Amino acid sequence: MGRSSESNSGDAPYDFGGEWTPSQLEKDRRIARKARNTRNAWVAVSSSIFVIGGLALFVVTSPGWKSLSDTFFAWAYGVEVLPKIILGFGTNVMLTLIASTCVATFGLSIALIRTSRSPALAPFRILATIYVDVFRGIPMLLVILLVGFGIPALRIQGLTNNVLILGTIAVVITYTAYVAEVIRSGILTIHPSQRAAARSLGLSHFQSLRHVVLPQAFRRVTPPLLNDLVALIKDTGLVSILGVTDAVRAAQIASSRSFNYTPYVMAAIIFLLVTIPLTRFTDRTLRRSIERQNATGVA
Amino acid sequence: MSEPVLKVDKLRKSYGSEVVLEDISFSVPVHTATVFIGSSGSGKSTLLRCINLLDQVDDGSIKLDGEDITAVDADVDKVRRKLGIVFQSFNLFPHMKVIDNITLAPIKVQGISKEVARDSAYKLLDRFGLREKAEDYPDRLSGGQQQRVAIIRSIAVAPRLLLLDEITSALDPVLVNEVLSTVRDLKMEGMTMVLATHEMGFAKQVADEVCFLHHGKILEWGTPAQILESPEKLETKEFLKRVHEAGRL
Repeated sequence: MGRSSESNSGDAPYDFGGEWTPSQLEKDRRIARKARNTRNAWVAVSSSIFVIGGLALFVVTSPGWKSLSDTFFAWAYGVEVLPKIILGFGTNVMLTLIASTCVATFGLSIALIRTSRSPALAPFRILATIYVDVFRGIPMLLVILLVGFGIPALRIQGLTNNVLILGTIAVVITYTAYVAEVIRSGILTIHPSQRAAARSLGLSHFQSLRHVVLPQAFRRVTPPLLNDLVALIKDTGLVSILGVTDAVRAAQIASSRSFNYTPYVMAAIIFLLVTIPLTRFTDRTLRRSIERQNATGVA
Repeated sequence: MSEPVLKVDKLRKSYGSEVVLEDISFSVPVHTATVFIGSSGSGKSTLLRCINLLDQVDDGSIKLDGEDITAVDADVDKVRRKLGIVFQSFNLFPHMKVIDNITLAPIKVQGISKEVARDSAYKLLDRFGLREKAEDYPDRLSGGQQQRVAIIRSIAVAPRLLLLDEITSALDPVLVNEVLSTVRDLKMEGMTMVLATHEMGFAKQVADEVCFLHHGKILEWGTPAQILESPEKLETKEFLKRVHEAGRL
């Protein structure tokens, strides 16, 4: 019985030309579903309050809490040093912008070299593979130290001693290796039949890449690339080891002056203000791309 | 008699130790259709891939308009510009609208202006009843519509020869007809074609010559009536019987 003649059509969420109203069976199901959802919501809320509240209580009532909150959460002092930390964070932002541009360019080039088949590029393929293997396998802190202290020690005329530039170079070297692999894996996921279709239409190798393979590959790797961007923002804090006055360094200076760790907490909050929205955005992008792929099927 | 569009001579192709095609010779005069039939694995698809230079031949030669396209110094891109191929699995570009799928090669390969390319693409879409799908992405289309767009895409570059590789095998039975009628239209307009198909009724309608491929060799060839109605070889008879039993005749 598809169409019951019961009234109440104004409440129906699905309106098929105004002729359909849900049967009693469907109405009962909806009431039961609603009741179940309400019950689930209550369980979720009360269990959250219990677990999180319990943890907070456990921490706050611990014997060292008073002295810890004095050292880490001295808000008045935190606000006092905030401008310096924000100023330092400007360096992190600038470093991120410059580094991500370079990383995108070099990462794409290396991914293209590694996926190419041209015999003329053979030596570059080998070099690119070695490069990626080496710099994905070294802790970034070591790369920063090696570049930051190694290059000036060479005392080659014309090479910079500017720690900010050296730090940026180190970050770019490391992240290019990561990003090149992400892009390369994206290129490899595009089915060979797509390239065959492009080539059989007469498009050259380069045109097939440019118009058919890369646009699809980039769509697939956008979420992991955004993840790498979030990681990059955080990792710019590592260049403080060279003496660059970024947010971390600024917090370090402020904290060593007063023996209070609140500046570190302030710096952490500033990083979070940028990284959390970006992480949410990444999640949404990922969810959308999964939905799109499920909808597309095997076209 | 003028030169055939395609002339294949003693073609041989193997993958490792497995010989897929052996001693394949045939020619396709202009405005005619040559249809290859045979069971799966008989080498039909490989033959089309060899003609389109997607696979390299082991021996023999393929001549397109008298030019040996298997020559070492043949310009692969130039050869492919003269050939259209439609695959079993459509292979439309999922990130492009229908209209952009069709105009990509005319604009990028032939250097036609965007306006002119779109104009002729719209004309083709009109002719095959797909005009209202021009701005849709391929995943919004049915399988039959996708395959018709793939056909339009391959003829938009005005190829000398069209290769159709089991273009209805991935389709619902009810969608097969709209695709086949598109191909019939092209045949009427004089398109030169080489097809691999399982649709015997269709083969009878469009073929000027039918070749039966068996274990990589052309076992029997002739007019559709000869091959499909009164074949001489035992293997051909058995194949047609099996197809008949599967309800495809």
